[in-house]
Amino acid sequence: MAHPDPDRAESAFDDFKAPFDADQAVAEANRCLYCFDAPCMHACPTHIDVAGFIRKIATDNVRGSAKTILESNILGHSCARVCPVEVLCVGACVHNHHEHPPIQIGKLQRYSTDRAMAAGWRFFAAGPDSGKRVAVVGGGPGGLACAHELRIQGHAVTIYERSGALGGLNVTGVAPYKMKTDTAVEEVDYVLGIGGIEVKTHADIDAGALDGLTREFDAVFVAIGLGADSTLGVPGEALAGVGGAVRWIEAMKSAPLDVSSVRHAAVVGGGNTALDAVRELKGLGIPQVTLVYRGAEAAMSGYAHEWEAARLEGVGASWNSQPVAFEGSDRVSGLRCVRTDADKKPIAGTEFVVEAELVLVATGQARLGHLLGGVEGVQVERGRVVADADGRTGNAKLFVGGDCANGGKEVVNAAAEGKRAARAIHAALSGGNHG
Amino acid sequence: MADLSTNCGGIRSPNPFWLASAPPANSGGQIMRAFDAGWGGAVWKTLGQPIQNVSSRFGGLNYRGTRGIGFNNIELITDRPLETNFREIYEVKKRYPRHAVITSLMVETEAEWKEIIQRAIDAGSDGIELNFGCPHGMCERGMGSAVGQEPKVNERITAWAKHYSTIPVLVKLTPNVSDILPHGMAAKRGGADGVSLINTIKSIIGVDIDTLVPTPSVGGSSTNGGYCGAAVKPIALHMVAQLARHREFGLPISGIGGITNWRDAVEFLLLGSASVQVCTEVMLRGFRIVEDMNEGLNTYMDEKGFATLDDMIGKAVPAYTEWGNLDLNYDIVAKIDPATCIGCQLCVVACDDGAHQCIHPDPSGATRVPVVDESECVGCNLCQIVCPVPGVITMQEVPNRLPPATWNDHVSAGALLRPKKGVH
Repeated sequence: MAHPDPDRAESAFDDFKAPFDADQAVAEANRCLYCFDAPCMHACPTHIDVAGFIRKIATDNVRGSAKTILESNILGHSCARVCPVEVLCVGACVHNHHEHPPIQIGKLQRYSTDRAMAAGWRFFAAGPDSGKRVAVVGGGPGGLACAHELRIQGHAVTIYERSGALGGLNVTGVAPYKMKTDTAVEEVDYVLGIGGIEVKTHADIDAGALDGLTREFDAVFVAIGLGADSTLGVPGEALAGVGGAVRWIEAMKSAPLDVSSVRHAAVVGGGNTALDAVRELKGLGIPQVTLVYRGAEAAMSGYAHEWEAARLEGVGASWNSQPVAFEGSDRVSGLRCVRTDADKKPIAGTEFVVEAELVLVATGQARLGHLLGGVEGVQVERGRVVADADGRTGNAKLFVGGDCANGGKEVVNAAAEGKRAARAIHAALSGGNHG
Repeated sequence: MADLSTNCGGIRSPNPFWLASAPPANSGGQIMRAFDAGWGGAVWKTLGQPIQNVSSRFGGLNYRGTRGIGFNNIELITDRPLETNFREIYEVKKRYPRHAVITSLMVETEAEWKEIIQRAIDAGSDGIELNFGCPHGMCERGMGSAVGQEPKVNERITAWAKHYSTIPVLVKLTPNVSDILPHGMAAKRGGADGVSLINTIKSIIGVDIDTLVPTPSVGGSSTNGGYCGAAVKPIALHMVAQLARHREFGLPISGIGGITNWRDAVEFLLLGSASVQVCTEVMLRGFRIVEDMNEGLNTYMDEKGFATLDDMIGKAVPAYTEWGNLDLNYDIVAKIDPATCIGCQLCVVACDDGAHQCIHPDPSGATRVPVVDESECVGCNLCQIVCPVPGVITMQEVPNRLPPATWNDHVSAGALLRPKKGVH
């Protein structure tokens, strides 16, 4: 894949969580209790044998450690950085229960996968050719995990990707203080290294094309993520300096960006994209960054630890604030808001203006379920495809996973769902035998 | 304030903490700094025939990230001129008259012993220690542990030393024997005023798996060394106790082996040591550790009501007995405190794989607090040992109304034993 632009704006960021060197990793690994039937493993959507890979770091079997990680999660390299470990494996660490610092599992996982990538350790080979062909629509984490597992089972795979490159949000959407594009690209290359995965980029699969794929291939896995940023639908949204957060983040991660004239920025929303965006704006040097959320702090869907980090970095917040208009003549100068009550309902006569020359809207993304609605047997409810835990839809040949199926979760959820769907597909293609 | 003053075989010191004959006691400068730090005595690094040391000399044993839980060395006795050592002994004694300076010696012939003992006395030593323990290098020349392993030779040389010495004689014993008792008794027959044990254990500390050479490497070769440090304490405690509890032994003991802090020292004292000697922990952390050792021992003695060391020396010896005298009807089981259990389930896997399969995950699946099947629990302690949180697992006695009965009672008088547990 092409190398990312070295001058892209995200290059300004350092790692929020610095990598371990070998001594630090071994010391941390030796703190791990090596729990039996460990809670961290259960907390991981891909069920990595966390205690096992950590013990292998402690014994200087780093190669085996990386293998343990990647056997469960082929996207373990990115997940080590982007996972909200505080609410997953690290949150489940038993050390939390006796006031000891939990094991820094993400940093240990990064230690092992960094070594694997640097050394080019490969652990997987494609299975003997099954004669079956599977189309994977969407080259993000879910699609890549599915494609890799399908290759292990010997099925031919073709990935159809709408954009010019694979990786999905790992490449275009992850906060750069967690992971930069080059790491995501490195991982994509590693996954493709198993061989036999045909990639078709700039492939805009519409409902008709999808229907064709279900006829042409033995199975189709759809992991197309989410669509465009939601808009607020209030006056002034077309002003310069107003935009969707996901789109802005993608630009920031791929190209240079001049924000030197921006003194005040605001981000509308209370989810994790909003929390990423405020930290990114602050990190690019914008002096005053404000999170504008229509509910109270406790009602945010974004992670508390992420908001805490943002707050410590100097981000401000305007809670219980609902935008009613963007102000400005051709460029935005402020965001007019109204206070809301405990039920997030506007309170009349409480209008005020948040000064902002840049406003990002992070109130959600469009769901793409309608693309699948035309496929025979597939049911779509509120924009989301109806599927079982293994991604099976009402059409025996069509499977789904990732954000388009789960509504928008973590990379590790997409990786788990992609792999589970691959196993379900394999079972279906092998005559119904599961696993 | 407890009285820490010590008398070990006639050698007196302000407290029982002595530097063992080893690298920390190699020179007058070191020993004077040690005394300033609070050490009560020092056994000077062994003086004897000229030697030359190798490079490198030490190896460490690490475990789960902890460095130096065990240690070994292939260094020999002093490589400094005898003249220098004796002059420094004289200077140390002059400046520290209340502290004990014991001079460790190792030579071959009676004439050599006679001469070196006299020089040690002339320098002002408070006692001498006969190095019958060194298990590397010197033993290849018929000294050190080569002597300590032969009771007749041990007795003969001890007798020479006693004959020529006007100051107390301690015999330092080697643990590289199957039973320490005949060797302690040989020293006693030779007339020793006390024994010091243990010296180091013959060992190979490790192998460099990249170069395929055992460690420590001396230009691509290695040799067996003397093992010491925290990990050897259990071996040393056993040998000390073996001598201390023997009715006919009765000599004062200077305990050595894996003593790293005041708690270790208390254990040695309780099993019959009159003084304790420390080397490895000083090599790893410096003379300054003695401040805590003195303070910790003092506080312990005050809390326990021991006014002098004699009040506590050997107090744990009566409880050390033969297996055949243990009460087979005593029954304990593990209890897990659900309020403090953190749910690691190390006890589950340890019991399942390494013990008697009686600790199980919560059968309801509602919690990660394991349950103990007390009807099968043999009270082995393994769960308590692996539990990372002190106090979560306690071993509690289960009354069974049976009178105590030992194996010896059972064999000799048919005493009734409780039904076996954990034999599924």
